[in-house]
Amino acid sequence: MDAFITQAGLGHILDKVRAGERLSLDDGRRLYDHPDILALGYLANIVRERQNGNRAYFIYNQHINYSNICTNLCKFCAFGRPKGDALAYEMSLDEIRAKVRERLDEPISEIHIVGGIHPDLPFAYYVDMLRAIREIRPDVHLQAFTCVEIHHLARLAGKPVDETLRLLMDAGLGSMPGGGAEVFNPRIRQLTCPDKLPGEGWLEVARTAHRLGLRTNATMLYGHIETIDERLEHLDALRRCQDETGGFLAFIPLAYHPKNTELGGAGNTTGVNDLKNIAVSRLMLDNFPHIKAYWVMIGPKLAQVALSFGADDMDGTVKEEVITHMAGAETEQAIGHKTLIRLIREAGREPVQRDTLYNVMATF
Amino acid sequence: MEQLCERILAGERIDGEALLRLEREADLHTLGFLANSVRRRLHPEPVVTYVIDRNINYTDICVSACKFCAFFKAPDDPAGSTLSREELLAKIRETQELGGTQVLLQGGLHPDLDLAFYEDMLRAMKATGIHVHGFSPPEIHHFAEISGLSVRAVLERLMAAGLDSIPGGGAEILSNRVRRELAPRKCDADQWIAVMKEAHGLGLRTTATMMFGHVETAAERVEHLQRVRDLQDRTGGFTAFIPWPFQPDYTPLAAARHIDKTTAVTYLRTLALSRIFLDNVANVQASWVTQGPKIAQVSLFFGANDFGSTMIEENVVAAAGVHFRLSEAQIRHLVSDAGFQPRQRLMDYTLV
Repeated sequence: MDAFITQAGLGHILDKVRAGERLSLDDGRRLYDHPDILALGYLANIVRERQNGNRAYFIYNQHINYSNICTNLCKFCAFGRPKGDALAYEMSLDEIRAKVRERLDEPISEIHIVGGIHPDLPFAYYVDMLRAIREIRPDVHLQAFTCVEIHHLARLAGKPVDETLRLLMDAGLGSMPGGGAEVFNPRIRQLTCPDKLPGEGWLEVARTAHRLGLRTNATMLYGHIETIDERLEHLDALRRCQDETGGFLAFIPLAYHPKNTELGGAGNTTGVNDLKNIAVSRLMLDNFPHIKAYWVMIGPKLAQVALSFGADDMDGTVKEEVITHMAGAETEQAIGHKTLIRLIREAGREPVQRDTLYNVMATF
Repeated sequence: MEQLCERILAGERIDGEALLRLEREADLHTLGFLANSVRRRLHPEPVVTYVIDRNINYTDICVSACKFCAFFKAPDDPAGSTLSREELLAKIRETQELGGTQVLLQGGLHPDLDLAFYEDMLRAMKATGIHVHGFSPPEIHHFAEISGLSVRAVLERLMAAGLDSIPGGGAEILSNRVRRELAPRKCDADQWIAVMKEAHGLGLRTTATMMFGHVETAAERVEHLQRVRDLQDRTGGFTAFIPWPFQPDYTPLAAARHIDKTTAVTYLRTLALSRIFLDNVANVQASWVTQGPKIAQVSLFFGANDFGSTMIEENVVAAAGVHFRLSEAQIRHLVSDAGFQPRQRLMDYTLV
């Protein structure tokens, strides 16, 4: 099928991909501009299978969004609320304990914790939250707090980021999710989230975490007002950071959902746009071990197809996802792990249940 | 396998055995590349078409009781109903106001309505000037039975009353083993083909569908495609092929036994295999009604060159719990975003 790639005018990129050579930003632009999604998928699949064989991962996880009260109020977000808003909420430690206890009978291996930039919860709340969950489920991995939250927590603690992270690690922090990266470019941040930690600050927190041995993920929110060049600049910054630290586990392209956001916009991302971002990410981020097709964002159908377009991970069973659903996501809030296994099998891949660090827990 | 791919790329026809081999051995990319090459050979211009129409179901009362159907009401069920003339005409008016050119008219196999009822309905509809794409082969076959006339005579009378073309529904899987199991009271595969053959002979254009992903085997899907291709070789009357997967929710079949819903990858593979095999059917439609906008858009790279209809109204798939909606503007956006030019068409695929 190589002939199709040459016919599509991508022979030069195919040669580089086969040779394991790094793609330039110009190559990335050619890929983004290319109309043939099949050719992009074929190229991305070469890298995907080289790195992850025929495996497709999923995890049994629980999401806890401890509060939606946020001082950043990014314009692409339908989740954050100012304090005092009718829809604002924050969970007490007891409520968090109850959420964890509710699902003690399930084989959950990771609890994924993300919230807003809360104006007045003290640092102790976050430390106590990790400890409280730890007490109830000592065997569960805590993937908590984006780089943006960590930066905020360091200010609350009055300590540098590395010391703050150490305190959180002592309390049970196992790794960090990749949120808050959005698009690093200052123009985009100025227009969509001027109060948020800038891109360079986000990367600096990630670097610090990696130095301390914490693995973290990375994301990119696409499909709003960003340009192709701004996406590529974002991917390039992540690639350079990963060259330095090697601490990123997975990259997760996040599809923008306009409903209920201040930024608004014409509509949800299309299937072609979603697959393109997965494929180009897989090709550009040659030093990232994993690319995730987050089914909550793009739907289980497209996430399944994405397993042939560069993705090797479908995230998890997820319950009570709030952030994307506030923005009008019409996907389910949970899919059973039997369904995930079937989707993966029918995609011709081998289902692998993983833990947070991609250790194999079970194959099917 | 490589030779097989070369043959397809060279425009050669493949047989059922080769298709089964592709189904077993080819990965998603290969099927996409092959289907796309057939699509581009038949449609070199980067155009994706769609039609503005509405499904009108004149009745949900049906004696067939197919096990895969969540739409029908048994004749003794008080919830069953038949559209009044006023309702029917109001729906057509609404369709025309939205720029619609045709209605897809289908209903259950009603035990008591006679042929004159359908003729009157057609005459009333034709007075509006709308194109009537109506009555799938099981309905035509049923009309022949209740009237005692031949299929040909029924078709002639319906045509005289205003029938313009016939939709390809009720084909399900054109294998008598499958039909005996799922829809024993419906016309069998040979009768379905016979109705289409008569219709094509009388100059009616029709489509053909395939509902897969229930109890059929891969060989039975090939049997289905083979029957469609064979008839098309003789008549050339099919304008389009529309494969779509069984939607199990609320159906008697899914209540009786567990059937997993067909996944997107299997849908895309089946679509691509259909495009590769049916080298003599010009158009293949994406099924956004069952797959949603994202997969429907992606299917334009797996053999589909038509986005189907805007379906101002759709009831049958909705009865099985699937509720995707798309406006004309959304369809046009999805098509352009995929790199194609969206063009409104008529039933016979002439552009508007």
